[in-house]
Amino acid sequence: MNALAAIGAAVLAMLGTVGRIALFAGETVSHLARPPFYLREFGHALLTIGYFSLPVVGLTTIFTGGALALQIFAGGARFSAEAVVPQIVAIGMVRELGPVLVGLMIAARVTSSIAAEIATMKVTEQIDALVTLSTHPMKYLTLPRVLAATLVMPLLVAIGDTIGIMGGYFVGTRRLGFNAATYMSNTIDFLEWLDILSSLVKGAVFGFIAALMGCFYGMTSGRGAQGVGRATKQAVVAASILILAANFLLTELFFAA
Amino acid sequence: MIELHDVHKAFGSNKVLRGVTLTIPKAQSMVVIGGSGTGKSVMLKCILGLIRPDSGKILLEGEDVTRADRDAFLARFGMLFQGAALFDSLPVWQNVAFRLLRGSLKRPKAEAREVAVKKLRRVGLKEDVADLFPAELSGGMQKRVGLARAIAADPEIIFFDEPTTGLDPIMAGVINELIREIVTEMGATAMTITHDMTSVRAIADNVAMIHDGVIQWTGPVSEMDATDDAYIRQFVSGSPDGPIEAVR
Repeated sequence: MNALAAIGAAVLAMLGTVGRIALFAGETVSHLARPPFYLREFGHALLTIGYFSLPVVGLTTIFTGGALALQIFAGGARFSAEAVVPQIVAIGMVRELGPVLVGLMIAARVTSSIAAEIATMKVTEQIDALVTLSTHPMKYLTLPRVLAATLVMPLLVAIGDTIGIMGGYFVGTRRLGFNAATYMSNTIDFLEWLDILSSLVKGAVFGFIAALMGCFYGMTSGRGAQGVGRATKQAVVAASILILAANFLLTELFFAA
Repeated sequence: MIELHDVHKAFGSNKVLRGVTLTIPKAQSMVVIGGSGTGKSVMLKCILGLIRPDSGKILLEGEDVTRADRDAFLARFGMLFQGAALFDSLPVWQNVAFRLLRGSLKRPKAEAREVAVKKLRRVGLKEDVADLFPAELSGGMQKRVGLARAIAADPEIIFFDEPTTGLDPIMAGVINELIREIVTEMGATAMTITHDMTSVRAIADNVAMIHDGVIQWTGPVSEMDATDDAYIRQFVSGSPDGPIEAVR
């Protein structure tokens, strides 16, 4: 009976959190239609989430693209399909690995940073100070970050896809003996607009999730250093899981026959 | 004038405020004293609307604060937080001029900076502090910046939450003196919460003592030492013996 009660309590707690996140997301979006807007904060968020994530995105995707080319070449050799390396690298990067890896790296870099920053602000009464200075914390802290991440992530994913494909290209042409022109033409000819569209949409959704989780867990953090640590950990875990779940749903939506 | 009538607030089973009734007269400095965890900060946050009381009324100039226009209501307040609560990402002058750079009180940047520098001077800080970040300042300087921010928009009412906590006695004396001077020259209504008796004597016109979620005693600071009230006598003397339970 105790075990059942514990399971029930855990399920109720989880449903409660889901509800609170949904309300938080709704309130965040509702501020899009209600001035004032803090453009300076938005610009700052664009810079920190977008521009400063470029090295992480580039390094992650170039190595993945290269490794993918090696794997497909080695795996394809088992059934004499080594020649499909450019096409599979392109489709793998654009449809799946690009958005998912960029999403997860953003969850690690940006979600953690947002959650820790906002949680620290809460613990040190900076959020209360914002309110007393007639500034709505959701407008000043949450909306700029969530909006910036949603808008900038498709761009990051597009850059990640391109760098990943280039990683495959370098390995394919320098290591596996592919002709450079043939590799590029096979890549470009094989990709469809739907592949690219799905990649960009996934990027926007993953950006929304990553920033929203950082803001939610930061705003609802407990007290002290332990509260900040827990909020950061929960934000990254929740963002990562939601990104993977959303990836499955979006793949189903775009590509299920 | 700020009036609290039978204000209750509980967090789960923990009843923090159990019927607080208190009047803070206009242009007077009220200091609320009490032990740690007795509800001083919760009471202050209820007045500001940072926490919604479970029951009771809080009136500002006769108007229910929960029904007042939030922006207009908050524009009348300035607040110095216990840890100063400065925004780490902004330089000192932008912290001080925060309210003047956005919202209904927005002014041109140069003018806002000028006001910030003036307020920094008022609290004893030089102009070269204006471009530093809060992390580059000592605790005492952060408190001064917090004070400058609290008075930047010339508020009618100023709240001070533990203004001398964490400061050495000399710096605490400086902050107390500044608070007294500023409140007097601005003609502001002030409410300070503290358990520092030196602050009480330096800042207060009136004193209220909160214990067990209610106001146990209130009166002019001049009567504090002569009162027969057992709670306030124990608190002022710092004795472990008396009606206030001391955990050893």
